[in-house]
Amino acid sequence: MEPTIPILILCLPLLGFLVLGLLGPKMSHKAAGWYGILSMGATMVLAYITACTYFFSGAPEFIEGGVRLQHVVFNQDWLNFYKELTIRIGFLLDPISALLLVVITTISFCVHLYSLGYMEGEKGFQRYYAFLQLFSFSMLGLVVATNIFQMYIFWELVGASSYLLIGFYYQRPSAVSASKKAFIVTRFADLGFLIGILILSYFTGTFNFTDFTGTVLANGSSVNDLVTPLNVVASFGGATFMGCSLLTWALVLIFMGGMGKSAMLPLHIWLPDAMEGPTPVSALIHAATMVVAGVYLVARLFPLYLMEEAALTFITVVGAITAFYAAVVACTQIDIKRVLAFSTISQIAFMMVSLGVARPEIHEGLGYMASMFHLFTHAMFKALLFLGAGALIHAVHSNDYTAMGGLRKYMPVTHITFLIGCLAIAGIPPFSGFFSKDEILSACYENSFVWGAWMSMVAGLTAFYMFRLYYLIFWWDEPDYGHHKPHDAPWMMSLPLIFLALVSCCCGFLHFGKFVTWNGEPYDIHINWTGVAIPSIIIAVLAIALATVMYRKKNDLPAKFAKASCGLWTAAHNRFYWDEIYLFITHKIIFNGICRPIAWFDRHIIDGTMDGLAWCAQRLSVTIRPLQSGNVHSYVYVYLFGALLLGGVTAAVVLL
Amino acid sequence: MFSNPLIYFVVIPVIMLLGIYLCRNMAQIRAVAVTGSLALLALSVWLLVDYLGLRAAGADAPMLYRGDWTWFSALNIQLSVGVDGISIAMLLLSSIILLTGSFASWKINPLPKEFFLWLILLSIGVFGFFISIDLFTMFMFYEVALIPMYLLIGIWGTGRKEYSAMKLTLMLMGGSAFLMLSIIGIYYNGVPEGVERTFNLLQIAQYDAIPHDWQCFLFPMAFVGFGVLGAMFPFHTWSPDGHACAPTAVSMLHAGVLMKLGGYGCFRVAIYLMPYAANELAWIFLILTGISVVYGAFSACVQTDLKYINAYSSVSHCGLVLFAILMLNTTAMTGAIMQMLSHGLMTALFFALIGMIYGRTHTRDIREMGGLMKIMPFLAVCYMIAGFASLGLPGLSGFVAEMTIFVGSFENTNTLNRVFTIIACCSIVITAVYILRVVGKLLLGPVYDKHHEELTDATWWERTSTVTLILCVAAIGCFPNFFANLIRTTFSPEIFKVLGM
Repeated sequence: MEPTIPILILCLPLLGFLVLGLLGPKMSHKAAGWYGILSMGATMVLAYITACTYFFSGAPEFIEGGVRLQHVVFNQDWLNFYKELTIRIGFLLDPISALLLVVITTISFCVHLYSLGYMEGEKGFQRYYAFLQLFSFSMLGLVVATNIFQMYIFWELVGASSYLLIGFYYQRPSAVSASKKAFIVTRFADLGFLIGILILSYFTGTFNFTDFTGTVLANGSSVNDLVTPLNVVASFGGATFMGCSLLTWALVLIFMGGMGKSAMLPLHIWLPDAMEGPTPVSALIHAATMVVAGVYLVARLFPLYLMEEAALTFITVVGAITAFYAAVVACTQIDIKRVLAFSTISQIAFMMVSLGVARPEIHEGLGYMASMFHLFTHAMFKALLFLGAGALIHAVHSNDYTAMGGLRKYMPVTHITFLIGCLAIAGIPPFSGFFSKDEILSACYENSFVWGAWMSMVAGLTAFYMFRLYYLIFWWDEPDYGHHKPHDAPWMMSLPLIFLALVSCCCGFLHFGKFVTWNGEPYDIHINWTGVAIPSIIIAVLAIALATVMYRKKNDLPAKFAKASCGLWTAAHNRFYWDEIYLFITHKIIFNGICRPIAWFDRHIIDGTMDGLAWCAQRLSVTIRPLQSGNVHSYVYVYLFGALLLGGVTAAVVLL
Repeated sequence: MFSNPLIYFVVIPVIMLLGIYLCRNMAQIRAVAVTGSLALLALSVWLLVDYLGLRAAGADAPMLYRGDWTWFSALNIQLSVGVDGISIAMLLLSSIILLTGSFASWKINPLPKEFFLWLILLSIGVFGFFISIDLFTMFMFYEVALIPMYLLIGIWGTGRKEYSAMKLTLMLMGGSAFLMLSIIGIYYNGVPEGVERTFNLLQIAQYDAIPHDWQCFLFPMAFVGFGVLGAMFPFHTWSPDGHACAPTAVSMLHAGVLMKLGGYGCFRVAIYLMPYAANELAWIFLILTGISVVYGAFSACVQTDLKYINAYSSVSHCGLVLFAILMLNTTAMTGAIMQMLSHGLMTALFFALIGMIYGRTHTRDIREMGGLMKIMPFLAVCYMIAGFASLGLPGLSGFVAEMTIFVGSFENTNTLNRVFTIIACCSIVITAVYILRVVGKLLLGPVYDKHHEELTDATWWERTSTVTLILCVAAIGCFPNFFANLIRTTFSPEIFKVLGM
């Protein structure tokens, strides 16, 4: 494949960022907005062309004997460390990167278009578009990374652009602290990622994904085609640390980076706060693209993870706990964006669990395929839900469902599209979420009944809290909207909603297994109706029914429920006090317990010693100063005394 | 003598001194300062291009543009000059910072003439240090660079300036005393029997004749001597006070270039001449510098004065330079030099911006400011870029330098080195904490002081100064391989041969 189109995919958003960032203040809002939209639209078209070429052209560099290959389009040296250890900036095309190219550019384009309406008249409109372009650039660079260090580079850039976007309303203290929190928490996770990279690269002597996973070799652009997952294990030579193999440590540390970006427990605390950013940003970053980076990272290194059962088990456990935790919390939030944020955490955890339970020997890597499938469908319906939430917030000027209710009459488009999103996430056929969730549950059940049952329960909770939200917004009791009745958003905002709703309706019928599997071989999806699908549909319908009873009309059932739950509701409402725990650790322990004492130590002990030395020198000089009194009389006595002393000593030495 | 291009790095500042002496008003002083620093910058860029040409043509001597002129024959003291990739990088850095520093002191008051005289005298010392390869002249230039600092801080400074000036000078002088001892020790032990004694670095390195026990005695002295200037724990306390009280251009030059003299000297003198001792005693200093890295970062988290924050952050970043040098392998050392470049540029940018903000708000206390992004967007955006460079955002210089250091350090299989590498890695998180704390408090949020709302944004000379620095920071960050290769080709393989690496 010619590198022109891939280069353009990366360069257009970067150029967009530079143009809008530098010349933005001179542009009108309209010009800046349309420039951003067109630039992103062009990128989207190019990404589609690339993905279609990859999936459908059947060229020998992409597919061989029915197996999809990894193809390095270009790979430019960026920074050489030693020997083969070089950071390159390149473009890797394989099933998952092609998939993500499509997802990112589609969502990003929808968000660009949507923002034209949503952000209308906002101060800093050009800056907003510049940041969106920067984010798209970083995210695209991340997914096409040919080596783990390139991924780390763009990983950091994604973090920074997310910081800028969350803190877009920079005069709001809450936005400032939310953006700071997001950056620092993910930075902490990246520390693990970095150390993981250091360990992995030291032992294997390479950063290249193609060397780690070893399935490519189409055009020979891989540096060392002998390294495969088995060789990676061999290169560690059985090194262990604290009872685990060093490779497990490296993989778990790398996964820690993913936990940060994908908001897994206990590094999830930044995501709900990140909702301080403009709503379209939440749709783009905190639903569809950046938060799946962690899943993508694990998927990227999946053959390596397969070598270490322990690391995969760790991923499963973390994912399962997070999924449940986030689902419970989502049932109690008031801010609709926070409900969606926790639902995102829970859904991302679904993907993680799915990767964690995937074992080729059990079910041909079904979990991997299901995870990517869910990533795809979730990106579409979650972006839809967020953009719908944005339309609601735009209409009623509040984030809380308490300010909404009965909106189905006023905002029919938003209502229908939001309902489609809810049905999709709840896993009701024929909407897309059903298909991908069903695959995930199958993968869980085939691994072990425990995981399957656990995740089915979480799926039930998902249906419940989504419909709770739906009923509270669109039914329940109608508050007093005053003279300005809420109404549907302008076409630039409705169009993306309708488009995403359509995608959410049909994309479940895609033969996903034909395109994306862990080893490139096609996988035949078959729905296990009796074993998994029917029970999970029943669970979802029951949960929806419960939500209908509780929230369809105004009643005091929810309040009674909350009261009867003996503190559980309050605890969940306060997100099980994770934020307070973190606040305690950062403020009380790190700030007051480490930083302040160190600063004090520095000023008083270290600097005090230096000052003390100066003081000693001064005292000494003051003490001996009287000796130089200028008084000849005293000099004579001292002279006499000295002469006698010297004479005496000489005499003693000579005589004895 | 004047056919050697290197000598002009000293000649041009001398001419500048004369020119400024003859100036009668501010405009003339500015003209001389800017023209002179532009000439220096042009010279260093030309040198870089020519040097790469020569290397490409196959010149493989460790130092190029060599020249020796006897100064004092009884002790065989010579003015010897020569440069390799590292010195050229440092010369480039110095001239950029001198140029931007001149722009930053556009409106210095009082006594502008005297200020520039001392500033340029200081730069003579800096340039002279980087071009010389004779230990004695090197030491002389080193002292020339230190002394003007006393007056520059004592007269044009702010706050407790006399105290800080005194502290800075005395502590650095204390370092020099160790250094002097070690240089004399090297002089007397550096050559085999029956050969004329020499101060020439290259010859001493070639003879490799310093006895092992002498090395172990002299190495710590040389390392501490330079380490004081490199703000090594626990000899760093001059840095916060000194920087806090110094005027803008002096802070820029001091943190940007003078602190690099420390790292450069540690590499060029201590490790290059005494590799055995370096290999044996590195662990002591590794611990100290490792502490510097996290200690500086933690201290920076609770400071409230902008300059103190930056000074402690310099302790952390310069600690990383010395830390990487002690790893004794090519990758880490390349990273160390890149970190020197990167830290020089970004800390100069920081100090320039702090000076500009202070010039407007008349306070450096972050508790008394807020929301400057709304009032002076240009300066605020620059500050944010500097902050991002400091916390290691890819695309800016900090990232490539730190990553080279970490990857290189991890190459060492020694457990102690590994542990300290991981500890040093932690600094990326702590750096993010204190940078974002400042950015959040100072630039973002609501406007704290209503009086600040009338303040104006940057003037053209301030813009020139900051944009130049930002472009350089981005250049290193975007094209790191160019700089890495420039530096790497110079690590003469022989010192690693000696170390068995």
